[in-house]
Amino acid sequence: MGFLDNLINGISLGSIYAVIALGYTLVYGIAKMLNFAHGDVIMVGGYVIFTMMTTLHVNPYLSILISMAACTLLGITIEKIAYKPLRQATSLSVLITAIGVSYFLQNMALLIFGEKPVTFTSVINLPKITLFDGQIIIKSETTAAIIVSVLIVVGLSLFVNKTRSGRAMLAVSEDKDAAQLMGINVNRTISLTFAIGSGLAAVAGALLCSTYPVLSNTTGAMPGIKAFVAAVFGGIGSIPGAMIGGLLIGIIEILGRAYISPQLADAIVFAVLIIVLMVKPTGILGKKVSEKV
Amino acid sequence: MALLEVKKLGISFGGLRAVDDFSISINKGELYGLIGPNGAGKTTIFNLLTGVYKPTDGSITLDGVNLTGRSTIEINKAGIARTFQNIRLFSNLSVLDNVKAALTNRYTYSTVTGIFRLPKYFSAEKAMNEEAMKLLSVFELDGEADTIAANLPYGKQRKLEIARALATSPKLLLLDEPAAGMNPNETAELMNTIRQVRDDFDMTVLLIEHDMSLVSGICERLSVLNFGQLLCEGKTAEVLSNPEVITAYLGE
Amino acid sequence: MKLKIKPATRRSFVTYAIVTAAFIAVEVAASLGRTSNMFIGLLIPFCVYSIAAVSLNLTVGILGELSLGQAGFMCIGAYSSAIFSCMTKDTITNALVRFPMALLVGGAFAAIFGVLIGIPVLRLRGDYLAIVTLAFGEIIKNVFAALYVGKDSRGLHFSLTSSGDLGLEPGGKMIINGALGISGIPKDSTFEIGFVVLMLTLVIIYNFINSRTGRAVMSIRDNRIAAESIGLNITKYKLITFGLTAFLAGIAGALFSHNLAILQASKFDYNLSILILVFVVLGGIGSVRGSVIAAVVLTYLPEVLRSINSYRMLIYSIVLIVMMIFTSNAKIRGFFAGNLMKLKAMFGKQTAAKEGE
Repeated sequence: MGFLDNLINGISLGSIYAVIALGYTLVYGIAKMLNFAHGDVIMVGGYVIFTMMTTLHVNPYLSILISMAACTLLGITIEKIAYKPLRQATSLSVLITAIGVSYFLQNMALLIFGEKPVTFTSVINLPKITLFDGQIIIKSETTAAIIVSVLIVVGLSLFVNKTRSGRAMLAVSEDKDAAQLMGINVNRTISLTFAIGSGLAAVAGALLCSTYPVLSNTTGAMPGIKAFVAAVFGGIGSIPGAMIGGLLIGIIEILGRAYISPQLADAIVFAVLIIVLMVKPTGILGKKVSEKV
Repeated sequence: MALLEVKKLGISFGGLRAVDDFSISINKGELYGLIGPNGAGKTTIFNLLTGVYKPTDGSITLDGVNLTGRSTIEINKAGIARTFQNIRLFSNLSVLDNVKAALTNRYTYSTVTGIFRLPKYFSAEKAMNEEAMKLLSVFELDGEADTIAANLPYGKQRKLEIARALATSPKLLLLDEPAAGMNPNETAELMNTIRQVRDDFDMTVLLIEHDMSLVSGICERLSVLNFGQLLCEGKTAEVLSNPEVITAYLGE
Repeated sequence: MKLKIKPATRRSFVTYAIVTAAFIAVEVAASLGRTSNMFIGLLIPFCVYSIAAVSLNLTVGILGELSLGQAGFMCIGAYSSAIFSCMTKDTITNALVRFPMALLVGGAFAAIFGVLIGIPVLRLRGDYLAIVTLAFGEIIKNVFAALYVGKDSRGLHFSLTSSGDLGLEPGGKMIINGALGISGIPKDSTFEIGFVVLMLTLVIIYNFINSRTGRAVMSIRDNRIAAESIGLNITKYKLITFGLTAFLAGIAGALFSHNLAILQASKFDYNLSILILVFVVLGGIGSVRGSVIAAVVLTYLPEVLRSINSYRMLIYSIVLIVMMIFTSNAKIRGFFAGNLMKLKAMFGKQTAAKEGE
């Protein structure tokens, strides 16, 4: 495989990370919590699509919509039951709860779908693109991942900056108490954030499982962590940051795998994160926060 | 020669000139007050003196040693200790341990000595306990040595903060609104304590205060700060009767 | 005259007593043949996880910083000690001499890495520190999984690609075989040694907490700005704590690897770090005794529940969520505390009435 092929694969994986990272960054920016279970929502989304298409023979696009609805509902429910009671708790308690939710989703999936990974049928039905007389082939999943991630970034930016609910999200992320005083319904805003984040996770699930068609109960865990790395990398809370971070992480991972060592690809991704945080502790597009004495 | 010599101190945050051209000279053993309306930059000056902020201009000299631009830790070791406007205790530690923490740099033994309880551990800990209890008794806190700091009543928390600052054996003690939130009786008691600290420990004290009974009661000299600049300075009685100062406090 | 014992001293001695009593009870039960094979198999893991948990408690509870890298330090300790044992087992034949040395090697290497990693990362805080320590743990795991080490007459050979790359002479010996790990580690870990190491760990940690250094560390945890104002060097104390945590985690890893037929890096993934963090949190942050109890109970329970295998992790996750909600929510805590007070008041009245009779 040539360098361009690897680069295209990197962009493809990076676009998927970007979509996951957007969910992470929204939730972290507004609820100020590391939602460890975000990656597992992706896995749930994947299983919903799998069940719809393979068992119930539903149309792929309708399956995606159903999966998005299911994940949105799941996200809202998780927030209501597990995270809302912990609004005033320490970040450690919230982290452990999120880990608990993550284990819960993984083991629920294990009970329902079993230990054996299932083969996922791609939901994407686009022609592949052939360039330079077949020297470079861009798979339909790649095209879809890139288009979808760009659409989501643009849509989300417009939503956050132009709509009332979006601006409420910005206000809550700046200062929860002040937002409350200004008449913003903080609980509803946080709920909305989880809804959007989880809906995006379903989309990410569709893209991820279509590109790498093996689905098991731990499918979402590592991509979830790497997407968080991407969000931190780009600067947590920043929508363009998540996109840039996602793409860079994806490209670094694939190029690392191809040119350095397949076993060390993950290590390289994590090493790059550490270097970025050493140089700029708030990520590429993050804001500086200082403590008042 | 003055103990603390501050010359033309200034700091800008972005475009905002928070403190400008501020000079002050405090003699050894003096009780000196820094007053001014809210937002005048008093706490910023404390933060500059203790290295929390690095000054953009000017110099700070303590006992002939230039401390400009040094870190908080170096400045404390050089002899400036402080209390905070919003009390900052080690709230989960006992009253005794709050003071002993401040003795860390004066009674040393290595971590390994501590872990294996070598003889030096016992002698140093004994000396620390004695010194800490002595300090606590000055503030009548010795009876509460084992109480968790967060459980102390407000007035005693303020006192513990002063005791902790003194434990680093400073040359200059900075008190940021020590009487804030106290009733007149507690304030009167605090005035006696501050005087006693000056006399017993041969201490120089610079304090920020809004409570005029405390300021006029114990401060020998004052500097008045307004909009980040020195408005006037001098003997307490003279400064407080200066019409400019009255205008700054009450408005036009 | 009544002897006055400081509360901190009493706390530590109660813990020593509990651990010693548990050890004696197990030894007696084992000699009477009253213990199952499953239980015997768990004895060393009990010690390993207890040591790992109390040492992590030092960073999380005493220093107040979140670390998800404990598995990484255990991994370094496990590997370095295993390499040491594999290389010396022919020269130092007495396990009672060799194993303590191996434990120290494991601890020392982990501590070196702890300090090296600590220097850049400890200025990050909260969730950022958590993700960076997790990243370091994963890097360590991945590097060991990709590492090939062999020994021949010319010395040690390293490779990150394949065993063939080592260019070993005929008769040379593989020590680490990539993802396949290390085999042939002498099984030097015993419950008795585990107990001694755990006791030493407890003594080290309690003494550390109640020393000048421990006090400085807790001051930094409670109020960083005030700690600086009394001249405490934040970085130095953070590094000492992080280094000590890594040292003890390395020893736990060494104890772990000398109980295995084959040591593989994949065992030390972030889920192990999370597991140990859960021990610390459920045992009570900052409570040394709690960490030991939680580590033992939460290692034992899943094994007992093997009969309902498919549900046990599900139950575990629900318990985790419920525990967090109950312990962190002021209203719920207040509700229980309030009722407890009422109960106490009721019983108090009854006893008072009795005394009045």
